[in-house]
Amino acid sequence: MLSKRIIACLDVRDGQVVKGVNFESLRSAGDPAELARRYNAEGIDELVILDITATIEARRALADTIRAVARELFIPLTVGGGIRTEADADIAIDAGADKVSLNTAALSQPSLITALAERYGSQAVLVAIDAKAIGDRFAVYARSGQAAANRDAVEWAREAESRGAGEILLTSIDRDGTKAGFDCPLTAAVSTAVSIPVIASGGAGGLAHFVDVFTAGRADAALAASIFHYAETSVASLKRHLRDRGIPVRL
Amino acid sequence: MIALIDYQAGNLTSVKKALTTIGADVFVPEGPDALREARGIIVPGVGHFGATRALDGAWIEGILERIGEGRPLLGICLGMHWLFEGSDEAPDLPGLGLLSGQCRRLPSSDAIKIPHVGWNTLSLQRDASILEGVADQAQVYFTHSYVAPLTSETAAMAEHGEPFSAVVQRANIAGVQFHPEKSGDVGLRILRNFVQLAWC
Repeated sequence: MLSKRIIACLDVRDGQVVKGVNFESLRSAGDPAELARRYNAEGIDELVILDITATIEARRALADTIRAVARELFIPLTVGGGIRTEADADIAIDAGADKVSLNTAALSQPSLITALAERYGSQAVLVAIDAKAIGDRFAVYARSGQAAANRDAVEWAREAESRGAGEILLTSIDRDGTKAGFDCPLTAAVSTAVSIPVIASGGAGGLAHFVDVFTAGRADAALAASIFHYAETSVASLKRHLRDRGIPVRL
Repeated sequence: MIALIDYQAGNLTSVKKALTTIGADVFVPEGPDALREARGIIVPGVGHFGATRALDGAWIEGILERIGEGRPLLGICLGMHWLFEGSDEAPDLPGLGLLSGQCRRLPSSDAIKIPHVGWNTLSLQRDASILEGVADQAQVYFTHSYVAPLTSETAAMAEHGEPFSAVVQRANIAGVQFHPEKSGDVGLRILRNFVQLAWC
């Protein structure tokens, strides 16, 4: 049976993981490769490196970060943040990323989805959608949630699929950072509208939230960052919790 | 030396890295002539079956020659499909035909999403050297929409809506539907088994 995936996100700036990390066993708490190793040992199913670097100079360090993480990791690795051109994707994939995640660039230039899917296969192309609830609809935002894209999330997810996206990484802007739980209505609305897998993100605060998003939210995978960084929840204990509730996981 | 065939169907970085990690010497042959150097051949690949069109007469001849000499061949994902007679994904294009059967698309439903993406369980069907040391119900990482049928050569099956061949092996010819280079320790073990076959 296909397992529900648990994905850890590393927000990386200038080669260091930000958002605070307090694993005492790590030599350098902010080192992405160390953190990746730790998650891998705990049984994480996939990793996402999200580059939040502001400058072009610092962005060159991203390839080194990807290489360092990919060197000893044999699980899928996605790289996102600032991928705007085929050349950006080439750099990430050549450095060892298996998938790239497109967000703002996919909205402004949807043909990029198709170009990358043709070049690397759909399995290598994630479209990240940041959405906010407006009444009973969900509106898409670009530029890290700063700019309304004037798109409906469900409709945009369908379009992304038809243009060649292999998965949707769906983040609730309302829930991001709140630890109030995933936005299950948003996730279910998108997940039932497309046939490609949907990764739910934003709001993970406890074990029950993951159960909810895999049942009510119909998610295929769930992504979290700080809940794992702060070791509030270990990946292994989360997976045991899910298994005990009848949700298939890789243990 | 393990020859990793590049026919422009996906990126080879991960496979190359995994093989290097387990201590194998890997090279990407420029043309079929270079296959003479190979102790084992891996045909990787993701994407559309149509991409196998690039593996034309000279490549097929070179690969079959090495197999005839007892060198092992491993097809990964699309590379595994190519070992069969063909695939519904590109019905006009024949496969290598070393294994009998036609690859077909997995049917989707409300509960079953296609592509099949993620970690799924291997159900071992029989002993096979490619699966040496791999436990029944071990999980590996899949990403695909088309599958190879269950045949007498199926060494392990997986299920997504319906059962399909996850691992096939007949003597020195093997194929895996999942990505061993992305399947943690289980995947590395399978690659190590292949490299061992190449050195026997």
